[in-house]
Amino acid sequence: MLPAVLSGFAAALVASWLHRLERETAGWIIALLPAGLFLYFSGFIEIIAAGDTVAVSYAWVPTMGINLSFYADGLSLLFVLLISGIGTLVLIYSGGYLKGHPQLGRFYSFILIFMASMLGLVLADNAITLFVFWELTSLSSYLLIGFDHKREGARFAALQALLVTALGGLALLAGLLLLGQAGGSLELSVLLSRGELVRAHPLYTPILFLILAGAFTKSAQFPFHFWLPNAMEAPTPVSAYLHSATMVKAGVYLLARLHPILGGTDIWMYVVTGVGAATMLVGACLALRQTDLKRILAYSTVSALGILTLFLGLGTPAAIKAAVVFLLGHALYKGALFLVAGAVDHETGARDVDRLGGLRQAMPITAAAGGLAALSMAGLPPLFGFIGKEMLYEAAYGSLGAALPLTSAVVLASMIFVAVAGMTGFGPFTGKKTSTPKHPHEAVMSLWLGPMLLGLSGLLLGLLPASVGNSLLSPAIEAVSGQAGDLELTLWHGLNPTIALSAVTLAGGAGIYAGREALRRAASRLQMTSWWGPARWYSLLLDGLNVLARGQTRLLQSGYLRYYLLIIIATALGLAGPKLASLGGPPGLVSWQEVRFYEWSLAALILLAALVAIRSRSRLGAVAALGVVGYGVALVYVLFGAPDLAMTQFMVETLTVILFVLVFYHLPRFARLSSGLVRARDALVAVTAGALITTIILFSSNVQFHPKISGYFAEHSLPLAHGRNIVNVILVDFRGLDTLGEITVLAVAAVGVYALLKLRLREEKSK
Amino acid sequence: MTSLILSTTTRFLLPLLLMFSIFLLLRGHNEPGGGFVGGLLAAAAFALHAIAYSVGATRRLLIIDPRALIGAGLLIAVASGAAPLAAGLPFMTGQWWSPEVPALGKLQIGTPLLFDTGVYLVVLGVTLTIILSLAEE
Amino acid sequence: METVLAFVIGALYAAGLYMMLRRSIVKLIIGLAILGHAANLLIFTASGLTRARSPIIPEALSRPLAPFADPLPQALILTAIVIGFGVQAFALVLIHRAVQTGGTDDLDKMKATDT
Repeated sequence: MLPAVLSGFAAALVASWLHRLERETAGWIIALLPAGLFLYFSGFIEIIAAGDTVAVSYAWVPTMGINLSFYADGLSLLFVLLISGIGTLVLIYSGGYLKGHPQLGRFYSFILIFMASMLGLVLADNAITLFVFWELTSLSSYLLIGFDHKREGARFAALQALLVTALGGLALLAGLLLLGQAGGSLELSVLLSRGELVRAHPLYTPILFLILAGAFTKSAQFPFHFWLPNAMEAPTPVSAYLHSATMVKAGVYLLARLHPILGGTDIWMYVVTGVGAATMLVGACLALRQTDLKRILAYSTVSALGILTLFLGLGTPAAIKAAVVFLLGHALYKGALFLVAGAVDHETGARDVDRLGGLRQAMPITAAAGGLAALSMAGLPPLFGFIGKEMLYEAAYGSLGAALPLTSAVVLASMIFVAVAGMTGFGPFTGKKTSTPKHPHEAVMSLWLGPMLLGLSGLLLGLLPASVGNSLLSPAIEAVSGQAGDLELTLWHGLNPTIALSAVTLAGGAGIYAGREALRRAASRLQMTSWWGPARWYSLLLDGLNVLARGQTRLLQSGYLRYYLLIIIATALGLAGPKLASLGGPPGLVSWQEVRFYEWSLAALILLAALVAIRSRSRLGAVAALGVVGYGVALVYVLFGAPDLAMTQFMVETLTVILFVLVFYHLPRFARLSSGLVRARDALVAVTAGALITTIILFSSNVQFHPKISGYFAEHSLPLAHGRNIVNVILVDFRGLDTLGEITVLAVAAVGVYALLKLRLREEKSK
Repeated sequence: MTSLILSTTTRFLLPLLLMFSIFLLLRGHNEPGGGFVGGLLAAAAFALHAIAYSVGATRRLLIIDPRALIGAGLLIAVASGAAPLAAGLPFMTGQWWSPEVPALGKLQIGTPLLFDTGVYLVVLGVTLTIILSLAEE
Repeated sequence: METVLAFVIGALYAAGLYMMLRRSIVKLIIGLAILGHAANLLIFTASGLTRARSPIIPEALSRPLAPFADPLPQALILTAIVIGFGVQAFALVLIHRAVQTGGTDDLDKMKATDT
């Protein structure tokens, strides 16, 4: 299973190259990969329908319980088949839609990266693995929304989507880690059986809210819904694939996946149901205000995501059944409608529903595909959408306590869905023919194949619902509800209340469709509401962050080295000073008498030389004094048992003096640039910092740090490393890797020096 | 600034200093010394030569560019670390042989010594690259 | 001796920092060099001093005779000395080039990135 998940990343590496080689057919060739994955994972259906799961695990960071582990159950499999199946169609479609685009190869790579990440996300067993793939989908979504990176709108939308989903992702990470602590494992398959433990844990509420923050941002739930319509800046295949069929459902997937662990509590029910209902209504109402094909679809997607969340929140067996069935139906028809919208846009150059009409004759196949998808969205029999909608009604109607408000809200959203279906899949193809920027004609095969197949599968599943119901959907429902249940999907339920509701929905939807222009006018009068909407908060927050960043940069990064130093010194003093003061006077100020005469002389020599170095007016004098300081330090090493250090220090000091002498010929004379007052201030600061260091040493010389480390080296130097000079053994054997790093740094410094000196000579010569 | 005394002294000192630097490198595992100080001493010897004669003369004496020494040193150090990989041991595990050499008795030769030789060459190359290019200014 | 060295190190820190706070770029580098010495001595002293017995295992023994100087800080300082040399050389050449290109050794006049 691991190669299957990762194959997309590998393919992304060669996709661009393949596109250069085979410009015309690259899309078809690359689509073979998701098609192959679809077939491969179809082989799992039988295993999983039998009640088994497929799992693999590779150790990643075993000490922290992080594994690269995957497992497939019914829920994963449903998503995997959607991802690979729709992925196949979208890749074929992209080849036609972006034909001739210079960066099409890169586009293929991004789509493949996304597909692989999404597969990893829905198959992940380990929570950290899930999080990594979760973030990868956010990143690939960023790249795809901003694909047309020369437009500011695209860049803005890409960044907005990234910021919203990545912030949610951070919350999710925190939530998953806490969940791992509460449940005692990071493997979801283990946690699934520990739901009661987690729900009784004191951290249950924070865990729930953190994870919901991740799921809600990803699945564009109110009030985080605003990024999704803006994401329509992406090329249409991306909108169809990421922003309706798969990625935005990652949040829903997470809710469904964790339902057996976190679900079923009151807080889960109220929060998830409430947010879902709000999203459903807000999305549906905002959809009516739009005239752009893609934005209408985007808002209706927000609404559909709200429906899914709402029913997962209810959590009754009927609600979960309805959510899973609706999820499949929605992915099929919404993907198809997006692809149809893209084809219409591609052929006519227009996306405004008011300017489109009568394309039936010019684009018959696209019209048929759009019609099929629209019928499914409107929930008409015998399409699969009808079954999904009926089940929603049944679950809402059967929910205890809030049946009436819930049912009416779902009916209202469904009415608007009927109208949206009419506006996007029906309206552009019927009525009077309008003039469009481009002369319309039927799209090429790669553009109609995808929507047609999706539309037809909606029809086929509607006619034969039991085929997919038993093998694919009931294992998925079992995975969400955590208990076995039987699913009987039938097209005809007999005459019951839901049929009546369906009829009401259809009539109401038709009414909304007929009066859509009046409604839109009325809604646009309410335009003023948008100034306090969440999008406004987003931009306020972003601006505020920029102001803060600029302010602190101006304050802390003045560009004057000495102010940086002053800030560093002040911080060190501020942090360490009070602590040291609280410890009382430093110990160890006593042992004066055991200091020998020559040691006193050496200390005096070093201090004197340092004083000369800072007071000297001549450069050479300062260098000479600096050399004396160095030799003095080397003598300290001699006196206190460090012959290696002493030798090295002597050599380095000699070479440093040579170096300084070579360079100082070329440097300007010492100048006194600061005023006396500034010098006094700096001297005060420097002396205070020096006093701090002295105090720290006086404290620390009485502390023994980890005696074991040095003891180990001394003990094992001869037996293990065959060396009597322990310092050298540490350097070349025990800590040899550090030394390797160090000589690499030296080499880099030499390359830098060489480049600074020699490259300029060549440049001057060329002048 | 060539002085006769300096250049004559240097002619005798240079081979002595170089030999001493190699001595320091070889004994470093058991006595004070090692690749760092050995390399620095050798570099100082060549720097003395450059001062006594000229940078050009030192470069002629060296034959190879000091930059090549940096690369060679790094390669030797990495290779000595990689050698145990062939035996299935982790990177930089010390490997030792004790061959019997007729005149010298039993010797201890190991990858840490090879590594130290790499350090020696890098330090020598780095220092010479810096000093010689600066002196050419 | 730790007590004496503590004051020496503090004085060296003060001297180095004072030089680094100057506007003349040449003084900055001298300050950097002094600070390097001070930091090495700080590590050396903080781990405790032992007179005259170096961490070398005598012939015929398998471990050094206690008390011996701590070898670990010595290994740290040895690399720090050599790295410090490399960094100093690089800084010197960089300043040399900066003065050549910018025509000033006043750090305050080097603020602009264009020359």
